[in-house]
Amino acid sequence: MSNPSANGLRVENLRKHFHLGGGFLGGPKKVIQAVNDVSFEVPKGESVGLVGESGCGKSTVSRAVLHLVRPDDGRVEFDGIDIGKASRAELRHLRRKLQFVFQDPYSSLNTRRTIRKTLEEPLHVHKAGTKAEIRRKAEDAIREVGLPVDVLDRYPHEFSGGQRQRIGIARALVLDPELVIADEPVSALDVSVQAQILQLLENLRQKRNLSFLFVSHDLGVVRHFCTSVCVMYLGHIVEQGPTREVLDSPAHPYTQLLRESSPVPDPEKRLTLVKNDGEVPSPANPPSGCPFHTRCPHVMPVCREIMPKPIAQASGRKVACHLFEHGVP
Amino acid sequence: MTASGNPLLQIRNLQTEFRVSDAWHAAIQGIDLDVMRNETLAIVGESGSGKSVTALSILRLLPMSGARIARGRILFQDRDLVGLSEREMSGIRGDSIAMIFQEPMTSLNPTMRVGDQIAEAIVIHRGKSWGDARKEALRLLDEVKIPAAAKRMEDYPHEFSGGMRQRVMIAIALACRPKLLLADEPTTALDVTVQAQVLALLNELKTAHDMSVVFITHNLGVVAQIADRVAVMYAGEIVETASVGDLFANPVHPYTEALLRAMPRVDVSAELEPIPGSVPSISGRPEGCNFAPRCQMREPRCSRHPQLSALPGSPGRCARCLVRVDQEQAA
Repeated sequence: MSNPSANGLRVENLRKHFHLGGGFLGGPKKVIQAVNDVSFEVPKGESVGLVGESGCGKSTVSRAVLHLVRPDDGRVEFDGIDIGKASRAELRHLRRKLQFVFQDPYSSLNTRRTIRKTLEEPLHVHKAGTKAEIRRKAEDAIREVGLPVDVLDRYPHEFSGGQRQRIGIARALVLDPELVIADEPVSALDVSVQAQILQLLENLRQKRNLSFLFVSHDLGVVRHFCTSVCVMYLGHIVEQGPTREVLDSPAHPYTQLLRESSPVPDPEKRLTLVKNDGEVPSPANPPSGCPFHTRCPHVMPVCREIMPKPIAQASGRKVACHLFEHGVP
Repeated sequence: MTASGNPLLQIRNLQTEFRVSDAWHAAIQGIDLDVMRNETLAIVGESGSGKSVTALSILRLLPMSGARIARGRILFQDRDLVGLSEREMSGIRGDSIAMIFQEPMTSLNPTMRVGDQIAEAIVIHRGKSWGDARKEALRLLDEVKIPAAAKRMEDYPHEFSGGMRQRVMIAIALACRPKLLLADEPTTALDVTVQAQVLALLNELKTAHDMSVVFITHNLGVVAQIADRVAVMYAGEIVETASVGDLFANPVHPYTEALLRAMPRVDVSAELEPIPGSVPSISGRPEGCNFAPRCQMREPRCSRHPQLSALPGSPGRCARCLVRVDQEQAA
């Protein structure tokens, strides 16, 4: 098989089901189909958005990529190395290049450690230089995220949400990663601070040629940060393609609903939804066929039977919908 | 927008204070606000702007110790709520003024069937029998569009999704046909498609019940969807009021303008312009204009504290900025 993007992240047919219940007092057994047959790529230096509503599996995908949760099936490749088959030593080396930024930096920072300890620890773990070098690297990282060096000797509770997120980003940067996986990194922040952090991430992306896998529920944020986007619904990617095109002319009926439901700061453009009934079904009991058929305004008999395959469109997009199986409807 | 007659709610010079290490600090300073009949007034602001404290002050839901209404009046149906006894207040709460919150799960009783929770409000405030109240509860569940309402009456809150729980909260709020509904970030915890449903529902109910709504949110997109009039809050003060059309077409206060430029829009690809710095803390507000340290239009005179001044042109349009108000008056 040809390998056009040996540089970067490549995810193929990723699947992850969680098993709940069973056993003494465990309740009935349930299988949560969090991620089903998900494939996408993050080329070097690009930022790819993963959007969808709660329970669509976007966070599980981001964790399965790093093998923080072990996928049931599928391949995750970074720079041509299969993460699933990597030895412990290889995995350790890979994890240096792949770093995570979380939504709530407070719960992901150790409250009893100074920022310096938090930033230096990964460098010690990976034996990334002498004491003096490590010290300098931590100082460089904190300056790079726009904070003064004296921050290093303080504790997490002394900082505001935006400053903590900067510290979270600095911790991801100390190891000079190539890919940053960011799970809702700006969702907990106020608008004015959110824009600061988005600008910082964009500067870092350009300066360091970083790639981003950017998980978000906010289409506005994704439009401003991601070159391409994958839209998820109940564990499936239903549409993927260049962000602007997907958002300006959404093809999949779910993408259309998501786009039309996102409020725009313009009272002239109030929402006028044709059909918006019901809610996302439970991933423990997903509908047969296409998972969106229960809410889809264009539902056809085939949609209840068969899950549509992602079909490549002319515009560089892939859409998983029976409407598009014979070209544009 | 056709708001006419006397305001349903008038807030005058309201100041609510919190005790922080033995000193009283004003969370909101001199708020003036009118809510007209059948109008949706959105209060928009970032964390710490005082928008929730304003709503909690109206219903007097602030903690008994550590918080106080230091001065001001809250006139509702010819009565000043600030001076009422706790007993009189509890006759108003959930009756003529109702409130819904961001997280419905923490406001619902997890051990009580949903139908009974709605009926309870009717029994308490209207003195009806449980049988009649439950019939009314069923009608309300239908009205907030909960599918198979008769069956779901017997369910517990944990059996509902987030959007459905918020609908239950709205049904409870509507139970006594309030004149005024205070909604504090009611859609923030919901997914966007569900948010759109709940916003549409609130809008429908407002018209059907001839209700006024005070809608508190941090999301300017949501404001544009639902509001008739908007008050923008920053660091405990109202910095701008305007009709929803004016606010988005022609924001006057530099903070409103900066906020709109900092917001990533789903429909337009424009460069984001972050606002430098952060919101001052309740005990660390500057001497003059609260926004001056972050403002690009700052002038020496901004070290004086500006008043909320009416702007020429459209009535009800006010801004708290010396520089911009002068410019507007000169124009």
